[in-house]
Amino acid sequence: MHLLDFIHQLLPFTRDWADWFVYVLMVFFFAFAILNTLVAPLTGISTYIERRLAGRAQYRWGPNRVGFRSLLSALPLTRGLTKLADVQPIKFIGSKIPGGLLQFAADGLKLFTKEDIIPSGADSFLFRLAPYVVMAGSFAAFAVFPVSFWCSATNLNIGIFYVIGISSLVVPGVLMSGWASANKWALYGGMRAASQIVSYEIPVAISLMTVVMLTGSMNMNDIVASQLSGYGIEKAGLLGWNVFRYGGLLVVPFVVYFIGGCAEVNRTPFDLPEAESELVAGYHTEYSGFRWSFFFMAEYANMFAVGAIATTMFLGGPLPPYPAAFTEGLPMLARFGEGFFWFFVKSYFFVLVMIHMRWTLPRYRIDQLMHLCWKVLIPIALLWFVIMCGVKMWRMEQNLPKHPAAAAAGAHR
Amino acid sequence: MRYDYVGVLVFLVLAVGFILAGMTAQRIVSRLLRTWRPSASKLSPYECGEEPVGGTYVRYNIRFYVIALIFIVFDVEIVLLFPWARVFQELYPFYRSVLFWDMVIFIGILAFGLAYVWAKGDLEWVKTFRKHLSPAEKVARSPQKKEAA
Repeated sequence: MHLLDFIHQLLPFTRDWADWFVYVLMVFFFAFAILNTLVAPLTGISTYIERRLAGRAQYRWGPNRVGFRSLLSALPLTRGLTKLADVQPIKFIGSKIPGGLLQFAADGLKLFTKEDIIPSGADSFLFRLAPYVVMAGSFAAFAVFPVSFWCSATNLNIGIFYVIGISSLVVPGVLMSGWASANKWALYGGMRAASQIVSYEIPVAISLMTVVMLTGSMNMNDIVASQLSGYGIEKAGLLGWNVFRYGGLLVVPFVVYFIGGCAEVNRTPFDLPEAESELVAGYHTEYSGFRWSFFFMAEYANMFAVGAIATTMFLGGPLPPYPAAFTEGLPMLARFGEGFFWFFVKSYFFVLVMIHMRWTLPRYRIDQLMHLCWKVLIPIALLWFVIMCGVKMWRMEQNLPKHPAAAAAGAHR
Repeated sequence: MRYDYVGVLVFLVLAVGFILAGMTAQRIVSRLLRTWRPSASKLSPYECGEEPVGGTYVRYNIRFYVIALIFIVFDVEIVLLFPWARVFQELYPFYRSVLFWDMVIFIGILAFGLAYVWAKGDLEWVKTFRKHLSPAEKVARSPQKKEAA
């Protein structure tokens, strides 16, 4: 285990501890870091960005007020401290923060202090359980994302298959919340969400399977490694990414994946489960306060996860667009930062695209939604899978020695 | 590696622990900050501000079940095809195009199933049960037309 050796070197006192204990501790810190950088704060910051962009798109103001002063005066407990905002160092820092940037902090505080309501007719146990299931499903997918070069919390050999499987945990969670709320809107929303998520899972899984077939591995780190070179160039940079390889043929699965991904996280134009004009708020109609915020967090985490999967499978994951050889000499920490930077920028780009789509496109109707999935995306995805298998076969046929025995001897790479 | 799936467990535990800690912290903080004044109308199901009408578990479209059934078939297909996709490259030198045609036949059967369901009209969200409709009737019954009317 290279990783354990590395930790033993870094922290010599861990040599005496059991291997599994060190490993669990390490993954725990990794997961904790992901939770506290990618999931929780990113949800808040994405909300702020989304509302600013919405303001731009609709020619109105987004949040532009909340600074230190309004944040302090928001709560009864801190209202007395409002004068602190006039004290010099705080005033100086406050003047440097653009108005509205602390909106997400105010929102978080508001959610934290809101009344927690469980409707009288609700199935209390399922009602409480649902956010755990949804959150577990969306957060556990982060376990295998290669957040930097050859660096993911766990290096599962079935990586992408595991992501598809574990993110399906959202479906029972959503059904649970819809059913347990004892509310008609929630029930309809839950059913719609479940049918939509399971339907769109098929084109998504088939287009990801295309990449797995071309790479010959389900491990996320292996898939990233396979994108280092392309068109016969070692360390090809941009050209090695899967969308640009194979003469750009993988653009089709990529587009199918992204459309399906948007539908899987219930974003506009596919936000039928939460269609405000029809279903109030869908499956989380009856949720309030902090309990509701976990659904919200799971939605934004899922958005980021869709971006992260698209990045890893099609856009080279943490690989930079320039040939990787340029920065090979840098110290390890700088290399880690470089990989994380590219992974984050590429993944967050997709979140921004989704936000833009929300304020650009009108909502689909449910029969159009099903039509798009079953009659357009699934046939395209299946057809392209077969085509890419043919392309792969042709390429392998080119590289194989003609004599069958020689082929068998050279097969074990 | 040996401990990889322990890592998954750590993630699941952390996700659950995150909510558990959040809810517990909220419960403690609520003593200081949060209001807690439940009343009968506040705890009743939300139906746009009106008194709730009838029970909650109303009938909903049978289509949801049909979609679930078709989904299961395709999901099993994906489960069976993923291992194939994984080993295609490695086994190709031994089995050559037999591997490819295996997959084509397997997908072909499923594609036939999809075409059958499609032709039967089970992929339509609004299914008509009358078999022979004139083109004019078809237009009249299409959901787009209803929306416009």
